[in-house]
Order: sequence, then C-alpha cells, then structure tokens
Amino acid sequence: MSGSEKLTSSSSELDLDRPNIEDYFPSSSIQEPRGKLRLRDLLDISPTLTEAAGAIVDDSFTRCFKSNPPEPWNWNVYLFPLWCCGVVVRYLILFPSRVIVLTLGWIVFLSSFIPVHVLLKGHDKLRKKLERYLVELMCSFFVASWTGVVKYHGPRPSRRPKQVFVANHTSMIDFIILEQMTAFAVIMQKHPGWVGLLQSTILESVGCIWFHRSEAKDREIVARKLREHVRGIDNNPLLIFPEGTCVNNHYTVMFKKGAFELGCTVCPIAIKYNKIFVDAFWNSRKQSFTTHLLQLMTSWAVVCDVWYLEPQTLKVGETPIEFAERVRDIISVRAGLKKVPWDGYLKYSRPSPKHREQKQQSFAESMLQRLQER
Amino acid sequence: MGNTSSMLTQYDIEEVQEHCNCTFSQQEIVSLYQRFCQLDRNGGGFISAEEFLSVPEFAVNPVSQRLLRMLDGLNFKEFVAFLSAFSPRATTQQKIEFIFKVYDSDGNGRVAMNDMLEVLRDLTGQFISQQQREQVLTQVLEEAGYTKDSFLVLSDFMKVSC
Repeated sequence: MSGSEKLTSSSSELDLDRPNIEDYFPSSSIQEPRGKLRLRDLLDISPTLTEAAGAIVDDSFTRCFKSNPPEPWNWNVYLFPLWCCGVVVRYLILFPSRVIVLTLGWIVFLSSFIPVHVLLKGHDKLRKKLERYLVELMCSFFVASWTGVVKYHGPRPSRRPKQVFVANHTSMIDFIILEQMTAFAVIMQKHPGWVGLLQSTILESVGCIWFHRSEAKDREIVARKLREHVRGIDNNPLLIFPEGTCVNNHYTVMFKKGAFELGCTVCPIAIKYNKIFVDAFWNSRKQSFTTHLLQLMTSWAVVCDVWYLEPQTLKVGETPIEFAERVRDIISVRAGLKKVPWDGYLKYSRPSPKHREQKQQSFAESMLQRLQER
Repeated sequence: MGNTSSMLTQYDIEEVQEHCNCTFSQQEIVSLYQRFCQLDRNGGGFISAEEFLSVPEFAVNPVSQRLLRMLDGLNFKEFVAFLSAFSPRATTQQKIEFIFKVYDSDGNGRVAMNDMLEVLRDLTGQFISQQQREQVLTQVLEEAGYTKDSFLVLSDFMKVSC
C-alpha cells in the first residue's frame, strides 16, 4: 500500500507559517496509478485518508481567522518595568486623551450634522455635500482617537458613475479609515446595538445598502440595489468588501462575485495593517465591536498602508468569477497576503456537496479508465 | 489530564507518547494539542462531529462520515493515537491496520464484501452504479483468489498489499 508522506511537514511544523498554500491544496495530491485494476488498488484508500488527516491537523481555512498573538517581549527583569510604564501611559494618559478627542469629535459632528440634515431639507445638493464632508471629518476624529497613522498610496478615488471600489476586509475600522479620505457608500451587514443606530442614521446619509447574511432571498434584492446605486450620477462611490467577512490580514478568502457582475469598472484597494503596534483583526467570534474599539484605543497606534490600485474592467471572454479572482490576486500581491481557496461564509455554513462530488467523480473516472486497461 | 486548561505537563506528554507507541515526537504532541484546543471550541475535552465538520477541507472529504464514527468522543490521548498511523514514523503494518479499521466499521475483525462496497460507494458517489461497483469488486476479488462471500481479516489485508 502506498505510504502517506503528506503529513510529514505538517505535524512537526504546526506553529510555523508555511509559505505556500498550494502545498496543501487537495486536488493535486491524489496520485494517478496505472495498470490493471487489482484488489489492492481498490482497498488502498490511503490518499483520501491522508487528505482527511491533513485537514484535521491543519487546514488553510481555520488559519485565516486565527488571531496570532505577538511574541511576549516583557519577560525579563529589565523589560518588565518598561512594559509596566507602557501600560500606565497607554491606559492613564493616552486613553483618556483619546476619549476626550472622540467626545469632542462627536459634539462637533452632531452639532453640525443635525442642523444641516434638518434645515437644508430642500437644498439636496448642498446638504449632501456638507453631510459628506462632516462624515469624513467624523471618521478623521475616529482615526485620531486610535492615533491612526495611515499612509495612502496612489490616486485618490474620483467620483464617477459606473465604478465600484473593492477592498480586503480585516475589521470594521477598514471602512472608517477609507471613509476619512473619501465619503464612500458602503454595503454592510446590519449590526445590533449602538453600531446599528449609527448605521441607520448617519450612514444613511452617505447612501448605504444593508444586507442580511442569513436571509436567502436577500442576495437578489441586494444585487438590484447595487445596480441602481451604481447607475445614479450623484451617488457616492460604492465600496464593497467582497470577502464578506473579516479575515486576519495575512490571508484573503475567495471574493464573492456580486461586485464583479455589475458591468462597471472595479477599482481595487489593498489595506495592510502593521502588527507591531496593534493587531487590527476583529475576530467577531471572540470580541464585540465595542471591546475591539477599546482595545484599539488602549494600544499605541494603528498603523496601516492603503493602496489605491489601477481600475480593472472585465476582459473579453472572462467570467465574473475569474474577474473576481484576478482582482483578488492584484490586492493580495500588493498587500502581501496569501490566497486561500475557501469561501468566507464557510465560517457560518457547511461547504456545498459539489466539492465532494468532484472528488468522487475524478476517483470514479480513474477507476473506470483503469478497468478498460486489460 | 489537563483538558480544560491549555497547559500540558511533561507527564501528560510522556503518557500520550507512550499511548501512541512513540510515533510522534514531544514537540509534535504539543503542536497537536494546540490544534486540538483550537478545534475543541466549547472546551468539552473532545472534538464533536460539528466541530470537525466546521473544517471545510475535512467536510468535503468522501470518507469523512466514516472517520467521524471513529473520531467521535475521543479525548486528546486517543486523538493522537488515531493520528499515529499518519506519522512518518509509523510502520507499514500500523498503516494497514488503520485502513482495516476504517473498513471494519462494526469492529468484529472481519471485512465482508458489503463493507468494501460501502467504502467504494463513499469514494465514487453517484458516478458509478451500484451494479457496476458490485461487478468490479467481485471481479478483483476473484482475481485475488477470494469469492464474493469471503471475509477478509487483517492478515489478508497484509498479504494483498505486498
């Protein structure tokens, strides 16, 4: 029976980050034996078993959502007091001043936004312009409250119809960081609590679209809303996170094709956070958004790079899925992320049976083919 | 064993190593424990079928249901023993024993044509008819010197693999 070497590297290097995800991708590992079909070939299920064991020991999907804690550096007698001073500064000096900045920001914002929203009901163009400016201002206050150091590369997004912006997703703060530069309209999951309140009042003014992950019919409704928005001349440019879920900023999961079949130009944006200062990944299974924000406000800084990349259009003969993969490739290369062949929504549901059927089909075909060889 | 905490003691590691016949090094056992804790999200000391199926790479595997029957309710020590057949240090004998266990789902030490048909059905799905499967299996069994009513035991598996 054939040996099973695939697990060699995985069990001894589980805590190292392997360079190439393709080493793990299942389809290439089934060998193609030749010759007449014998009993030992039918009984030998070791390739399939090895794949299953490989998935149990380490799999590329779970890795995308693991928040890797940084190496503890405060472990000796010289560094520990230094770290303690750092904690004091962060919690007792930085945090209160940030809270003050944020509160100030809210006061300024609300005292301008509410009058503008109510009084300028008739003059839509002016009102929209002012609201956009105010939302950008509020996002700048937010970013300042985490001492955000954001470096923008590339040309600023322009307001044109028939274009859509896509970016990789690490946390809800992605939206805030991008919004401080340009007021985007965004498509988001409706959240409960104070976040939901903000979404339904302020974000409505920049033109946001809501979806509900759990509702089945929702996709068509959302697709229609997207198309309408993109056609509108005066609407804010639309920002979409095609991954559909927050990933830990080391990997990208597969992009959903919804953004790529609207028939417009897609402008990719790549975002990469510098983990030395804080890990900006929002692990929604482990923390609420409030806890996440508090964690950011008690860290030193949020440092990230934002690249506005060259707009892409659907090439002749390319399907929307291929287009999505091409754009994902561009973003992953720019931000230094590894690509993973899984759909982000597998966090909430099981994979569809067609993956298993594909494997069954290729096994069945190879078996039948070998039967012909007599 | 400290299944509710995430710290393994040296005694724990040695106990696990002995249980799996030293097919894993101590470092590998520590890594496997980290993985076990990662998969065992509710901290019950064993990984439930749901938690295994939340790994999409495992869920799409054709023999996942068979393996789930073997994996159900295993604590960490048994989990490592289960995986020991996949270690590079495992002997061919151990690997064949594992494959035999996958076939022998009722654990009576004998594999009948029915068991082999079931595994073949898992692997080929609806792409080959039941009749064709029976035909192929009967044919290769007869070529190897068995009939379709014979039972295979572990020594038969060893013999066939050589």
